[in-house]
Amino acid sequence: MNRRTFLTTTAVGLVALASGVAQARSISGAVPWEAFAGEPPTPVTPGGWHFFQPREVVLMEAIVDRLIPADDLSPSGRDCGCVVYVDRQLAGSFGEAARLYMKGPFLPGLPTQGYQNSLTPAGRYRAGLAAFDKAVSDTFGGRFETLSPGKQDQALSELETGKLKLSGKVDGKGFFALVLENTMEGFFADPVHGGNRDMASWKMIGFPGARYDYRDWVDQHDKPYPRGPVSILGNIVQAKAG
Amino acid sequence: MTTILPKKDVVIIGLGWTGSILANELADEGLDIVALERGPWRDTATDFNIAYMQDELRYAIRKDLFLHASEEAMTMRNNTSETALPMRDYGSFLPGRGVGGAGVHWNGHTWRFYDSDFELKSHLTERYGADRLADLTIEDWGVTGRELEHSYDRFEQLAGISGKAGNIDGRIEEGGNPFESPRKRDYPLPPNRMPYGPALFADAAKSAGFHPFPTPAANLSQNYVNPLGVAMGQCSYCGFCERFACANYSKSSPQTCVLPVLMRKPNFELRSNSDVRKIELAKDGKTARGVTYVDTSGREFFQPADLVLVCAYALHNVRLMLLSGIGQPYDPATGEGTTGRNYCYQTNAGVTVFFDDKNFNPFIAGGAIGQTADDFNGDSFDHSALDFVGGGGINCIPTSGRPIQHRPVPKGTPKWGSAWKKATKEAYQSTLSFGVQGSSYAARGNYLSLDPTYKDRYGVPLLRMTFDFPDNDIRMSHYLSDRALEIAKAMGGREIAEARRDKSWNSVPYQSTHNTGGAIMGSDPTKSALNKYLQSWDVANVFVIGASAFPQNAGKNPTGTVGALAYWAADAIRNQYLRNPGKGLVG
Repeated sequence: MNRRTFLTTTAVGLVALASGVAQARSISGAVPWEAFAGEPPTPVTPGGWHFFQPREVVLMEAIVDRLIPADDLSPSGRDCGCVVYVDRQLAGSFGEAARLYMKGPFLPGLPTQGYQNSLTPAGRYRAGLAAFDKAVSDTFGGRFETLSPGKQDQALSELETGKLKLSGKVDGKGFFALVLENTMEGFFADPVHGGNRDMASWKMIGFPGARYDYRDWVDQHDKPYPRGPVSILGNIVQAKAG
Repeated sequence: MTTILPKKDVVIIGLGWTGSILANELADEGLDIVALERGPWRDTATDFNIAYMQDELRYAIRKDLFLHASEEAMTMRNNTSETALPMRDYGSFLPGRGVGGAGVHWNGHTWRFYDSDFELKSHLTERYGADRLADLTIEDWGVTGRELEHSYDRFEQLAGISGKAGNIDGRIEEGGNPFESPRKRDYPLPPNRMPYGPALFADAAKSAGFHPFPTPAANLSQNYVNPLGVAMGQCSYCGFCERFACANYSKSSPQTCVLPVLMRKPNFELRSNSDVRKIELAKDGKTARGVTYVDTSGREFFQPADLVLVCAYALHNVRLMLLSGIGQPYDPATGEGTTGRNYCYQTNAGVTVFFDDKNFNPFIAGGAIGQTADDFNGDSFDHSALDFVGGGGINCIPTSGRPIQHRPVPKGTPKWGSAWKKATKEAYQSTLSFGVQGSSYAARGNYLSLDPTYKDRYGVPLLRMTFDFPDNDIRMSHYLSDRALEIAKAMGGREIAEARRDKSWNSVPYQSTHNTGGAIMGSDPTKSALNKYLQSWDVANVFVIGASAFPQNAGKNPTGTVGALAYWAADAIRNQYLRNPGKGLVG
């Protein structure tokens, strides 16, 4: 169908005059289609910090380097871009809890009822990192990034199990779980989001990423898949270049 | 100020599977139809883009295609002694949003329930005695499996389901499910090719005495043109079904099966981003006048209509009925009332087998491409000597190797550090998981109601869920886990890890988006909200179509039955209701 046919056979109108992109639409008589109506992701560009303050960057880099240490399997969490990833997530809708129900009253709940704190993820990081910084200095006699790898692991383990208590509104155990979850997202997500640099984690485990068609290998039982990973980032960069 | 719009013959709330099927059927009657959909218009070429649909973070973790709790949350508690609190993020289940609804992001398991499932109370009472059901409030559906056979067939043909029949007119077919109830003909497409994991599972299950067969799948094994003339493509085993839309036109959805035809019909109109707040009743409370909805700018409209079809997600159907005053709200203290009654879920458990030397390529997967053993599902086995009723399917359907979520490691592995990394790498290719999808049978204390405290963005009460797994279902699940363990042992792996089902439903970890009941169909108006045609007993020009109509849930995914009920209701409206509009179809 060419554009002229589309315009003459489709009645696409607005029910109400409203601002914003998601206004009510009336669609009748044809399947609506517009060029460039999709929402491709905007690749994260490393460089500068959108959420973290300098002290938080130092802490986060030291933390992710223990969660995902450099070894013969992969570069470190920092070198894979995990801190850049978390920074951009916290600066965006995830950080401000845009998709969460944030109306009160906020009451302590049962474990089956899930997280019930009024702090947003960004707020949890801000308060949690400061409280962790202080708790480590008080308990381990030095700032986290200056401790030996063994002591750093001990501090993180104690945060993970709840032995290391944080002051203020942040539950240390829950904060550790959040940092670990986001770090792993950064390590394993498509590089378009700022982490998993050079698809390091995908190469490590053998995940082919965004390939989308394995019809030639379904029947190859128990045989390693022969091709390396591709990413959405690759698609987008290629589309822009082309 | 509310703008009053010109009257329509039919208003449909929600344009997912049921809304699009009903709209398409009723449009052929020449009726003037409008569908109001809370979310946006979405289609394959524009929104399910093959260049970036493979984004695990965006779609599976941040849940781009789903309803977000900020738009509409729900509260939960395990029993009436607790205070319900809001699920601030959806976790245990993930309702859909936008055109296509949950039909966009489902896996594609497309089952028929057994004939005995539809007459569950009568069947089990006759076979085992009423005492066995003392703690349960299970019911018959009012409709029988035989009556629904044609509707099931129509949905399978519409969606191009790939599978192998097990029982055609009472004749057991080699390669299908031998426990299946009789069907008239086979699936429209043959089963998919099996990846290594399900193939290994099938061998092990057979050696342990089970009868595995290919799971009926809405991931198409071949190119297909459905009876409406809509063409679909062959599945590419990409491993991005659940939580994702299909960019290949190879997973059945309203977009790939119905909308290309429906949207071109001149007597059908879709209004997207239009959030229905209430079904408005006439003064007598027995007739719906139409619906009130709000667009994204906050402007309110009244859409008058002769017939109101409630086709939103099951839980939202029930909330709308409660907010609109349709039917008496269920009260667990007295056992009286119908709206909110018999809320059920799915009772799941899992097994993981770790091997030393296998290479499963877990990313070669489809949402429903796998094997099922149904030897202990529903009443396909004798419960005489057992202490429960119900059962489950044992399913080996590895749906993806997407690594943010799919990273099995043996018990005792640290969650971070070099030891974690080593274990993750070792287990990724060499681990196979499978599950038990168990039935969920209704109990007196499990129900849906309006929350007394928490409100949505319009200041209207949220839906409150009160649910825990009944003891019967826990016993059933453990029995099924024991059976799954027999298969796991037959596989000969190094190590087995079990994830058994225990009490206290937890709303945080993902379990299943199979929320059923709350506006159930049946033959007794004091125990069901709808008659056997899914028509409200109380308001005759309202039909409520979806899994909300299930009196209890079987050990099977609900969409096949939801699709069948949509055709069943459409036929009742076309062939009976329209001859005598405004009247109840059952005495």
